[in-house]
Amino acid sequence: MPCRPDVSGYFGNYGGKFVPETLMPALAELEGAYADALADAAFQKQFDQLCKDFIGRPTPLYYAEQLTKKSGGAIILLKREDLAHTGAHKINNALGQGLLAKRMGKTRIIAETGAGQHGVATATVCAMLDLECIVYMGTEDIKRQAPNVQRMKLMNAEVRPVDSGSRTLKDAINEAIRDWVSNVKDTHYLLGSVVGPHPYPMIVRDFQAIIGREARAQVLKAYNRLPDYLVACVGGGSNSIGLFHPFYNDKDVKFIGVEAGGLGLKTGKHSATLATGKVGVLHGTKSYLMEDEHGQIMETHSISAGLDYPGVGPEHSFYKDSDRATYVAVNDEETLEGFKLLSNTEGIIPALESAHAIYYAVKMAKDLSKDKLIIVNLSGRGDKDLGIVTQALGMKE
Amino acid sequence: MSEITSVFKPDHKALIAYVTAGYPDKTATVNIAAALAEGGCDIIELGIPFSDPLADGATIQHASYLALQQGITPQICLDIAAEIRQIITTPLVFMTYYNPILRYGLEAFCKECIKAGVSGLIVPDLPPEEGLELEKVTHKHNLDLIYLLAPTSTDQRIGTVAARSRGFIYLVSLTGVTGARSSLSPELKGFVKRVRAKSDLPLCVGFGISKVEHALEAAALADGVIIGSRLINLIEEDTSLAALKSFITSVRKALNEKKNTGEV
Repeated sequence: MPCRPDVSGYFGNYGGKFVPETLMPALAELEGAYADALADAAFQKQFDQLCKDFIGRPTPLYYAEQLTKKSGGAIILLKREDLAHTGAHKINNALGQGLLAKRMGKTRIIAETGAGQHGVATATVCAMLDLECIVYMGTEDIKRQAPNVQRMKLMNAEVRPVDSGSRTLKDAINEAIRDWVSNVKDTHYLLGSVVGPHPYPMIVRDFQAIIGREARAQVLKAYNRLPDYLVACVGGGSNSIGLFHPFYNDKDVKFIGVEAGGLGLKTGKHSATLATGKVGVLHGTKSYLMEDEHGQIMETHSISAGLDYPGVGPEHSFYKDSDRATYVAVNDEETLEGFKLLSNTEGIIPALESAHAIYYAVKMAKDLSKDKLIIVNLSGRGDKDLGIVTQALGMKE
Repeated sequence: MSEITSVFKPDHKALIAYVTAGYPDKTATVNIAAALAEGGCDIIELGIPFSDPLADGATIQHASYLALQQGITPQICLDIAAEIRQIITTPLVFMTYYNPILRYGLEAFCKECIKAGVSGLIVPDLPPEEGLELEKVTHKHNLDLIYLLAPTSTDQRIGTVAARSRGFIYLVSLTGVTGARSSLSPELKGFVKRVRAKSDLPLCVGFGISKVEHALEAAALADGVIIGSRLINLIEEDTSLAALKSFITSVRKALNEKKNTGEV
C-alpha cells in the first residue's frame, strides 16, 4: 500500500498520538485489533458483503453531461457517494469501525458529528449491529442540521448537545474524547474523519479508500484511462483522502482539495486550514490548524457544518508539504452557486460540503480542454441543507 | 536534587494545589498563590489556560474559558509566575497543553520559565512517545518535565515513565477527566502499588481529590496529593479566599497528623 504512516503514526512530520496517558493503551489496543482484522479474510469478506448489501456499493461514477456542457471544457464525472445508504460517504467508515468495535468486544459507541452525516452513519451502523450509541453534537450544529438529529434519534442514538466553545464540530470532538477518557474500557470512539491520534487517520482512510478504488476501476473501464484531476472538499478530510489515496502512485493524476472559504479568506471567518493555517497540535494529532498567535484554537466559519473545523488530517498536511495535492478555498457564496448549479443542470441536490467541490470543478473545467477528465467526489446529498439554503437564497416556501 | 524533588521528605506528605492562572483575574492569582503557600502547600501548579482542554472536566474548562476571555496569554502567565515568586518561595510548576508551548517555541518557553522561577512542566496531552523533543529542552534548562500515569497504563508504560519523568510522577487517580468526585477510585491502591514497584520517584495522586478524607486516603498510598477543581470551586464561592484558606489549612493539618500511618 502506498503512503503508510510510520510506526509512530507519522506521515512525514504530521500525525502522532498527543493524547492523555489514559487513552494510550486504548490506542495500542485499537491498532492491534485493526492489524488483526486486516489479516483476517473473514472480516474483509463481511465488510465487503455489507458494503454491497447494506450500503449499496459500488456507487456509480456518473458522467455529468449537462454540467460538462455548461462548463464547456473538461469532462466532469461525479463519484456518487450521495447514493450510499444514509446519503453520504461517512457510512463506509462507520461500518468498518462498527465491525471492528464488535470484534473488540466493545458494547458502547461514541461519536462526534458536525453536519450530522457521521452521526447518522454511526447511529445506523449501531442500530444494525445492536450497539449502544451516543453522539456528541454542538448546539449550533443541532440547530442548523435538525433533520439529521431526528434521524439519529429514530435509530435509537442518544444525541448529547455540546454547549462549550464555538458549539460546533471541534467542541463535539473535545467532549467525545472526554467521554472516551472516562469510559475507555467498554467504549469505542468511532471517530468520523481522518483526524485524531494514530491509528485513526490510517483506519478511517483505509475504510474510505473504497471510494478511490472503485472510481479508479470505473474510470479505467469506461474511458480506458486515468483521470487528470480529482476534486473533493476538505474539512477533516475523509472523503477527499478516500478518493485521493488509491491514486497516490499515479503521479499524473492531480489532487485538488477544496476547503471552506467561508465569508472570504481576508475576513478570517473561514475554515481554510491548509490554505492559511500553521502547524500545531489539536485533538491528538500534529497537523495544520487555525490558531491565534498564542496557540489558542480559533473559531472557524463555514456555511457547511461538516467543513467547519479548525484542523485537518495529517495525511493532507503531508500531501500539501510534498506538493502531492493542491488546496484551494471556495467561499459560502460560491458554494451556494455550486449547489444551485448541480440541482438545476443535473437534478442532483448536493450536500453543501460537496457543493464546494462542485463549484471549483466547474470553474476549473472551463479552462481545460475537452479531452481532460475530472472526477469530483459528490460526498453527500443535500436534503439536510434545504433549510440553510432556502434562508441564504431568500427563497419563499 | 531539583527544587521540586527537595519538597519530598520522609514523614511529610506533599500538598500540591492547582489553580488556573488568570482566574478570576491576574491579581487574584497572585493573592491566591500567597494564600495557598500560607496554608501549607508545598508546590503550586499554575494552569496556563487553553481553548480546548480535553483532559479537563467542567470546572477547569470553565475557569480556563473565563481566563481566556480576559485575554490571559502564556506570556501573562509567565509574568504572574514571576510576580508570585517575588513574594513566596513555594516551587511553581506550569500545567498546560502542548499547543501553546509549541506556538511559543519550546526553547524560548523553557528559558522564560526558568527566568520566571518556574521549576517544572505538566503537559497532559504529551505522552512520553511525543515528549522527546520537549524533554531535551527541559533537561538543558534544568526544568522538570513531569509525566503522568493512569490506572490504564500497562507495566511497560509505567517503566518508560519511571525512567523519564523528572521531579515526581503524576498519578491520575481514576479513568477520567479532572473534577470533583464523591469518592476515590477503588482501583487506586493497586495502581499505586504497580508504579511503586517500578519507580523510586515521588508519586503524587491527582484528579478527583476534593475532600480532606480523599487527601488522607491518597496520601496513605502516595507521597503527595494534588487538588485542583475543588479549589477553583472554593475561589468561585468566596472571592475573599477565606474558604480556600480554611480548606487548605485543614488538609495540611490532617496530612500532618496522619503522617506516620498508612504505608502499603
